Amino acid sequence: MAVREITYREALKEAMREEMLRDETIFLIGEDIADPHGGSYKVTAGLSTEFGLDRVIQTPISEQGFIGTAVGAALMGRRPVAEILYIDFCTMAMDQIVNQAAKIRYMSGGQAKVPLVIRTQGGMGRSSAAQHAQSLEAWFVHTPGLLVAMPSTPYDAKGLLKTAIRLDDPVIFIEHKLLYNTKGPVPEEEYTIPFGVADVKREGRDCTVVATSRTVLMALEAAEALEREGISVEVVDPRTLFPLDVETIVGSVKKTSRLVVVHEAVERCGFGAEVVAQVAEKAYGYVDAPIVRVCAPSVPAPFARQMEDYVMVDAKKIADRVRQLVRGEI
Amino acid sequence: MSAKKTEATTEAPPEDLTREQLLGMYRRMRLIRAFEDKAKERFEAGEIAGFLHLSQGQEAVPVGVCWALGPRDYITSTHRGHGDVIAKGCEVKRMFAELYGRATGYCKGKGGSMHIADFSQGIIGATGIVSGSLPTSVGIGMGIKQRGGDEVVVCFFGDGATAEGGFHEALNLASLWQVPVVFVCQNNLYGLSQPWEKTAYKCDLVARVGTYHIPGECVDGMDVIAVHRAARKAVERARRGGGPGFIEAKTYRFLGHYVGDPALYMPAEEREAWRKRDAIVKLRGQLLAWGYLTEAEDEAMGAEVAAEIEAGVEYAKASPLAAPETALDELYVHFDYLGNPR
Ligand SMILES: Cc1ncc(C[n+]2csc(CCOP(=O)(O)OP(=O)(O)O)c2C)c(N)n1
Repeated sequence: MAVREITYREALKEAMREEMLRDETIFLIGEDIADPHGGSYKVTAGLSTEFGLDRVIQTPISEQGFIGTAVGAALMGRRPVAEILYIDFCTMAMDQIVNQAAKIRYMSGGQAKVPLVIRTQGGMGRSSAAQHAQSLEAWFVHTPGLLVAMPSTPYDAKGLLKTAIRLDDPVIFIEHKLLYNTKGPVPEEEYTIPFGVADVKREGRDCTVVATSRTVLMALEAAEALEREGISVEVVDPRTLFPLDVETIVGSVKKTSRLVVVHEAVERCGFGAEVVAQVAEKAYGYVDAPIVRVCAPSVPAPFARQMEDYVMVDAKKIADRVRQLVRGEI
Repeated sequence: MSAKKTEATTEAPPEDLTREQLLGMYRRMRLIRAFEDKAKERFEAGEIAGFLHLSQGQEAVPVGVCWALGPRDYITSTHRGHGDVIAKGCEVKRMFAELYGRATGYCKGKGGSMHIADFSQGIIGATGIVSGSLPTSVGIGMGIKQRGGDEVVVCFFGDGATAEGGFHEALNLASLWQVPVVFVCQNNLYGLSQPWEKTAYKCDLVARVGTYHIPGECVDGMDVIAVHRAARKAVERARRGGGPGFIEAKTYRFLGHYVGDPALYMPAEEREAWRKRDAIVKLRGQLLAWGYLTEAEDEAMGAEVAAEIEAGVEYAKASPLAAPETALDELYVHFDYLGNPR
């Protein structure tokens, strides 16, 4: 297979482009996604030039309106891929996402389907302050009727987005603002990644780290540092938060007997709580040490760099917790 | 009232504004411009983090409006809010301190450029959510009414916000409850890369707002006197219990959406044409023509403004960084972030 290194941004664009070439019912919709701007994070750059403004639809600043439009169009058999610039602005469209998109199939007794993808972007690290740096994935995982993906690498981004577009259920597809420029190997050939299959990003013996989105990269960095100290860490990336590959996570914990769960979102009622609960239910007796979470403290994202660094997860914080855990200091 | 007509009335020295008032407006507009020029320079030098949404070109709008307000009145603002808050009375040194993440900043380093607030001066602050402040402003008006006060709240927002549900809900409620809110749309013709005329079908904002029975006026946002007169009328009406008002100020942002945006979507001729209509240059010309200002005084004022800006940056840099662990403070009044009672 021919493999080249491309960015997360390019991987996402390739996924959309290939799918749009394959299926003409797919259209993109969102603020500023058309050329010459090409999207605020440039993920859709070039697509309106190639496919025209009927398939890359630029909207006014009206998230409720255009997400609702996408939901309605999906009911008509179209396959919209909507972009909400920051996950923080999903709040504006929450009724359409949570009460409409997520519920229509169920409420109608299975009469309808909603093949909708909402691409959005979250996370800290750019001093964007409290309204532009949230990690709200748990809200959507908590909502029955939605699927939630959070790719950490270009490979996963492309494969998962292609699958998301082909699925007939509404998908919240959460990218990370600091991952767009990261590079990684992506095959030239067509591939997709199924939802509900975790990826073991690194094998290890002493401790399982379940991490999401950008914290996967931090966990890998921590694992490398710890390897030099003789601590062997297994890094599991669920890739989709729902459906969740509990089996892979539990299997890993049974092997290592220790678990650290990492995410950028605040700790309280975060996605990590679900992982911990699943492991507590399904691997009780295999766990040799307290289960630990490394997340943001439950405060909004502060603006100043030094404050943001203080609350944000990083490789060092992960390594410190894993080390303490493995040495029996927690 | 058409923008043209308003402009014509400013050709003779206005009778409703004193020399001192006009010079005050002029100085404040220059202070805003100088603040943003400096902030841009320091941002590009890597000293300031986050986003910087600048409002060069729009200064006449907040200054014209805030000159119709008293110290007890309120404003709400947006992601492009430096001008709004300086016009109402924020000190540049504490604003710089905020941008530099210092403990002496208005929000102790937690808010940054997009969220500067000074409640002591009625500056309720800025939201980074487009249209986020509109419904809140109705509530501020409601609170004023319930307290039996005669203050007024001005809600600043961009043209982009008028497509959001919050805009329409807020107008309906403000009108229904006749609260003292003046909605001021700073129509700089763009929302991110989107030209205003492509975001609403044949939209005339004054007419649109009129369907809520809110009196509205469209003014030339490059003419501070025109803006001020419209604002004074709306503010006085609201203060007398006459209910909400609306102003659309047609203006322009000379630069991109944020520092770093190459703004390829803004035609060069259009930018040039608006730059020629710079409100600061216009007012300067008027002040000179009316004999309210000499070239020498103008220069002295420029030096004074520059010194205030320099002193502001120095103050910021000399201030202590906000301590990292203060990120955990001030979330609740009665509890800490873990839920322990204080
Ligand atoms: C609800 C919401 N959607 C999208 C954004 C992203 N965004 C930030 S500023 C902006 C444009 C706002 O345009 P306008 O209201 O005209 O104000 P201007 O920037 O022109 O001052 C957008 C879309 C946001 N901050 N909030």
